[in-house]
Amino acid sequence: MTTSEMRPGAEILLRALKDQGVEVIFGYPGGAVLPIYDAIFQQNAIRHILVRHEQAAVHAAEGYARSTGKVGVVLVTSGPGATNAVTGLVDALMDSIPIVCLTGQVPTHLIGNDAFQEADTTGITRPATKHNYLVKRAEDLARIVHEAFYVARSGRPGPVVVDLPKDIVINPAPYAPAASTPHRSYRPVVAPDAQAIARAIALLKQAKRPIIYAGGGVINAGPEAAAALTRLVRETGFPCTTTLMGLGAFPASDQRFLGMLGMHGTYEANLAMHGCDVMLNIGARFDDRVTGRLNAFSPGARKIHADIDPSSINKNVPVDVAIVGDAGRILEALLAAWRADAATPERAALAAWWRQIEAWRAKDCLRYTQAPAPGSIIKPQHAIRRLYELTLAAGRETFITTEVGQHQMWAAQHFRFEKPNHWMTSGGLGTMGYGLPAAMGVQIAHPEALVIDIAGEASILMNIQEMSTIAQYRLPVKVFILNNQYMGMVRQWQELLHGGRYAESYSAALPDFVKLAESFHATGLRARTIEELDPVIHEMLATDRAVIADIAVDQAENCFPMIPSGAAHNDMILGPEHEGDAAGITDEGLVLV
Amino acid sequence: MAEPGAFRTATISVLVDNESGVLARVIGLFSGRGYNIDSLTVAPVEDGRGRSRINVVTSGTEMVIEQIKAQLDRLVPVHRVADLTQEGPHLAREMALIKILCAGEQRAEALRLADAFRARVVDATTASFVFEMTGNPDKLDAFLDLMRPLGLAEVSRTGVAAIARGARVI
Repeated sequence: MTTSEMRPGAEILLRALKDQGVEVIFGYPGGAVLPIYDAIFQQNAIRHILVRHEQAAVHAAEGYARSTGKVGVVLVTSGPGATNAVTGLVDALMDSIPIVCLTGQVPTHLIGNDAFQEADTTGITRPATKHNYLVKRAEDLARIVHEAFYVARSGRPGPVVVDLPKDIVINPAPYAPAASTPHRSYRPVVAPDAQAIARAIALLKQAKRPIIYAGGGVINAGPEAAAALTRLVRETGFPCTTTLMGLGAFPASDQRFLGMLGMHGTYEANLAMHGCDVMLNIGARFDDRVTGRLNAFSPGARKIHADIDPSSINKNVPVDVAIVGDAGRILEALLAAWRADAATPERAALAAWWRQIEAWRAKDCLRYTQAPAPGSIIKPQHAIRRLYELTLAAGRETFITTEVGQHQMWAAQHFRFEKPNHWMTSGGLGTMGYGLPAAMGVQIAHPEALVIDIAGEASILMNIQEMSTIAQYRLPVKVFILNNQYMGMVRQWQELLHGGRYAESYSAALPDFVKLAESFHATGLRARTIEELDPVIHEMLATDRAVIADIAVDQAENCFPMIPSGAAHNDMILGPEHEGDAAGITDEGLVLV
Repeated sequence: MAEPGAFRTATISVLVDNESGVLARVIGLFSGRGYNIDSLTVAPVEDGRGRSRINVVTSGTEMVIEQIKAQLDRLVPVHRVADLTQEGPHLAREMALIKILCAGEQRAEALRLADAFRARVVDATTASFVFEMTGNPDKLDAFLDLMRPLGLAEVSRTGVAAIARGARVI
């Protein structure tokens, strides 16, 4: 490397980002990153989106990443910039979202001196990231940036922090292209083992009561993986359920789709999981929200677990066959082996299994009753159903983000997804305040698409400042608030588990969301009763700028079905629409939250 | 494989890049996920390739130990994770410096036992001895138990270094 190729670190950084295909950075400036902002100012290849809080920068990058399959990029300053980003990083870690977060740091000679806006960013973010780096030498800068992108997107994706001391981005540094050789230690397995595939197929061919349970790993493996899953389900004729993270990996309109499983999953999906004899888990991690009480989870099933992360296998649930690799490649291999295997599937048993499943489905567990008379209070489920039906009728490409709580579960139950990458929700961490900034990131990536944040009135206030970002970039994001004036899921648990003592779960002193929208240069709409719902949705969809639609919904409505914590799948509580509720809540369940 | 649910001890060797923060990653993994650390040693090995070897002695059910190995293996700077306990016979050695404060007949007794355990006297005053002793951790424990009534005042142990027997390398 000759000195003539040495350029200021900030320029080298931007060159590396450009070579990684970065088009957008979500960020917020500050003292330690001023040289980087100066370099951004002097180029046009990479666009910077100025958020109003660093947590929102990460969620926006997550929305961008989940809706495009690309790595989302964040730039924040040292100290509070980095610490504010931590919630977003953990969110991305839990949901396996590829993020590269560049953090400013005080100059290397001041590190450890408690300098102004100094924080031990690599120390703080070590358990919050898949990996992190502190760049200490100019000659490492370009290599580390390229490596960060590789680590973020490969294997099980996740967030990676690159901490950049101010002197490193000011002083001259050499450029190096992305390495063409394999990483010295990090080499995730992507190709599945042929013997594991063969053992899985042997089990699947003998299955009398099979189920395929797909998760976010299928979405992360790209649209081809979702297409392969769809082919496998259709060729085998097996029923398919997905996790919250997996919605869209299999078309919701297909008869073989049983809906989401887990705590607020459908009756048919959870009973099929409980009663199956062979389970194929592809790209899901047996999360506690999915399994319920572990020692009662799917007791009679032989289990096959396909995952890119070997540490997910046998972590919560011991399995009979483990397949490590990329979900898409595993699904292709399973499909090929299914076709090549001469054994005939158990067709008669399968038909009987489907009759059982249809009997469960006939229970219509998501049923609710919406009073039709004008003046009637709006049921939250009905608001989502109408939103779904009217957006479907509008025919535009639609992306849905959510906040966290009851509205999120109702959205997962009542909004139907045909394709992957169109549903972004905070699954693992359950981060209130995720949906609005995530919608921003999606809208930046898909300027022409319809992007709706289905929100609750409590969650939306957690990152409401992003309405300002939305105004600045004229993003036509739609915020659809199910306003029950409660932290609804907290209230539901207090009703069911804590004797109806609604400690601190009432949303007091709410803003007027219509005026709030207007003050942020957006359109505010409100529906108070049922006859106002459709007109508000129509007007929201017809408005070409940002909208907040404040939908007043039934305050007492609870989200069912529900598997209480500590209960098994077959101890599900159905709603008041159904008879013979059995609340299987135990004292042990109370602590599981 | 042992009974599911039965506890076992595992001596795990981990080859890592010798870079700053790598030990914190390993320790943070154990504390963050609630795994036990019975002993931990780390030092650079393999000159020229910039690697260190971490030896960790842990205990848990078979499922937990498999989980520990998988979690270690997915850390980016980790090259290799070897469960020496599971992969075959191995040697485990630990060194301890042991200070005894004693007088009279107890001094003679301490020296006799040290001799039997092949502990060396590395420092002596009229009121104290410091013994240096190397062996597997059980042997050190046994010696310390014997020294306790004889005036055991202070112990400094290195933690376990371990390696496979025979030609096997990790």
